[in-house]
Amino acid sequence: MSELMLNPWIRALFWGLVMITGVMTVTAWSTWFERKFAGRMQSRMGPTLVGPLGLLQPIADACKLLQKEDLVPDSADRALFNLAPVLTVGFAMGVAAVVPFTPTMLAADLDVGVLWLLALSGLMVFPTWMGSWASNNKYSLIAAMRAVAQGISYEVPMVLAIMVPVIMTGTLSLSDMVADQQKNGWLIYRLPLTGLIAFVIFFLASLAEANRIPFDIPEAESELVAGPTTEYTGMKFGLFYMAEYIHTLLSSAICAAVFFGGWDGPIAPGLHWMLLKSVILFVFLTWVRWSFLRLRSDQLMNLCWKYAVPATLALIPVTAFYTVYAAGKGGV
Amino acid sequence: MTAIARARAPRPDPFLDIDSYDPEADLMVMNLGPQHPSTHGVFRVLLYLDGEIIIKAVPYPGYLHRGVEKLCEKLTYAQITPIVDKNDYVAPMLNEQAVNMAFEKMLGVEVPPRALHMRTLLAEIQRVASHLLWLGTFAMDLGGALGGGTSVFMYCFREREAILDLFEKLTGCRFHYNTHTVGGQRHDIPAGWAAEVHRVLGAISDRIDEYEAMLSHPIFLKRTKGVGVIDAQLALELGLTGPLLRASGVDHDLRRDAPYHIYDQIKDLKVAVESDGDCLARYKVRVVELRESIRISRLLVDNVPEGPICGGRPIKQPGQFKAKAGQVYVGIETPRGELGTYLIAGGGKMGDTPYRLKIRPPSLHALAVVPYVFPGHSVSDAVAILGSLDPIMGEVDR
Repeated sequence: MSELMLNPWIRALFWGLVMITGVMTVTAWSTWFERKFAGRMQSRMGPTLVGPLGLLQPIADACKLLQKEDLVPDSADRALFNLAPVLTVGFAMGVAAVVPFTPTMLAADLDVGVLWLLALSGLMVFPTWMGSWASNNKYSLIAAMRAVAQGISYEVPMVLAIMVPVIMTGTLSLSDMVADQQKNGWLIYRLPLTGLIAFVIFFLASLAEANRIPFDIPEAESELVAGPTTEYTGMKFGLFYMAEYIHTLLSSAICAAVFFGGWDGPIAPGLHWMLLKSVILFVFLTWVRWSFLRLRSDQLMNLCWKYAVPATLALIPVTAFYTVYAAGKGGV
Repeated sequence: MTAIARARAPRPDPFLDIDSYDPEADLMVMNLGPQHPSTHGVFRVLLYLDGEIIIKAVPYPGYLHRGVEKLCEKLTYAQITPIVDKNDYVAPMLNEQAVNMAFEKMLGVEVPPRALHMRTLLAEIQRVASHLLWLGTFAMDLGGALGGGTSVFMYCFREREAILDLFEKLTGCRFHYNTHTVGGQRHDIPAGWAAEVHRVLGAISDRIDEYEAMLSHPIFLKRTKGVGVIDAQLALELGLTGPLLRASGVDHDLRRDAPYHIYDQIKDLKVAVESDGDCLARYKVRVVELRESIRISRLLVDNVPEGPICGGRPIKQPGQFKAKAGQVYVGIETPRGELGTYLIAGGGKMGDTPYRLKIRPPSLHALAVVPYVFPGHSVSDAVAILGSLDPIMGEVDR
């Protein structure tokens, strides 16, 4: 078994399948969790009827979505309209390949994992834009414009913020980054404030890319009906939703790996720590979502270009100087 | 001059070029409504957009027209109350009061003090319920159906539900009460009701602080401050009343300036006035009113005088009231502003039904600001402004 796993192709196939199944399952029940959590926050029950504690609700939802009539508007561009939901889930899942859960449990130990991650997050804008444009709907069109503006803007602070860990650890591989943190301390506190600010900005940017409140401006139900998914029905709509949750979950996992030391932790096995940290971050995201109002798109741009980008730009030289200084003193 | 600058410049009359849409101007025409999550019912605004900035907005109400005023001409005075309940379905108590006050004035029926006292009390409790609903839906307009806005919405609905329970104990109905009648009330206060009122309103007044804390958030302030400014001049020209007018800096409240019921006995009635005229000012005015109404209700519920709840003869048959020819106007302060009832009685053979009953809904006048205020704002702001106007389509279209 272990010899087999040394072959990168077999390893990629095996962990790839595990990731896809695992992420899909976790995604399904994260919707259940979010609904329960929101229910408790709003002094209601959340799902209770399907299964014990409503635990079978995600399955019921999936069955419902599959039974829905698959409508394509007459004036829509059929090919693009049908391609968009598939791509959006594909890109979101692609990120899972490089998330290091344990030193061995990762589908592809890329040397340029960070680049892969950023590239796929950047591509996430395309299916949204594609689906909205193909829908031939004015609400979707406005939503698409907002999504593109937001996605491209937040790409900048996201890339700059993740440069801080990259400079500190001197690697682009996510698993090496975690290994480095295991040796030299988590990045969130290794350099006072710098790691924390980088984390906050990276987290905000991934929130913005996943279209979560307070950055769910493209979707904006109260303004744009359902944003890019206005014309989508059934499982195609479901796929967009799934992509949103996958993106959110994986963002939490990546933040846990990059800033909170991934599998590093005492006593319990590494996987437990990694999952625990991811779940805590996901709960935090959910909590934020159900307590905040939505920003306006120009305010979002202000936040990005006037605060996030300058802050990250300032962080990079600080980190670089510190790293060179520490290296001169004989390592961090 | 760009299209945006033109829209932000003062516009004397937005309706002048109402249907002259220039396709060369590269504007996108978008229908906000009639079926849209943020239009609070069925209301259509035709938006001419340059990017996301609104250049021109044309409101089209009328999708909920039910012919209530015409229907009232066929019904006798005692039969009209349950029909007007459905006009402003967020504050039905005040609709009932408005028409019945007009009928009493026309027919010359005396209302006993206990009934007057109860009417004041019910109006104030209803105002609390109505403003709570507004607060929840406004937060939802700003925060979306899947987010923080819904949390505020759920909390507000929980409190409103408690008030509806109070009304159910009193009248047997949660919503369309039919509890007012010509000459007074149909349902007397049940035993132990006052204690219930104190319990419910006390809990609500504690929790309003929490909601205010939840909404005094930078994002909320950013979304509302300076958005949708209605200046006092425009407000007066368009006939705005109620919280909208007071948020624009005009100190006017019928409860104090033209007292009816027993409002003249409430000496220290606090009228909230803000000068900014933006969404934030409208929010502040309504929150102060919420507190004030709670205070007045708790004051009134302890001092209900003894006596009959209905003056005149009990109603045995629908056509027992005969009016002489004449006309009256009655205006009362509802949570949305001045609800006017203008009644023309035919007299003679036509004496048992109104000849004409005209209802002046405050929300209709509120919607008149749409073409003046929307231009220059983005679609997101349009939703916030529409929410802050608190329009109830049932009374706009009647």
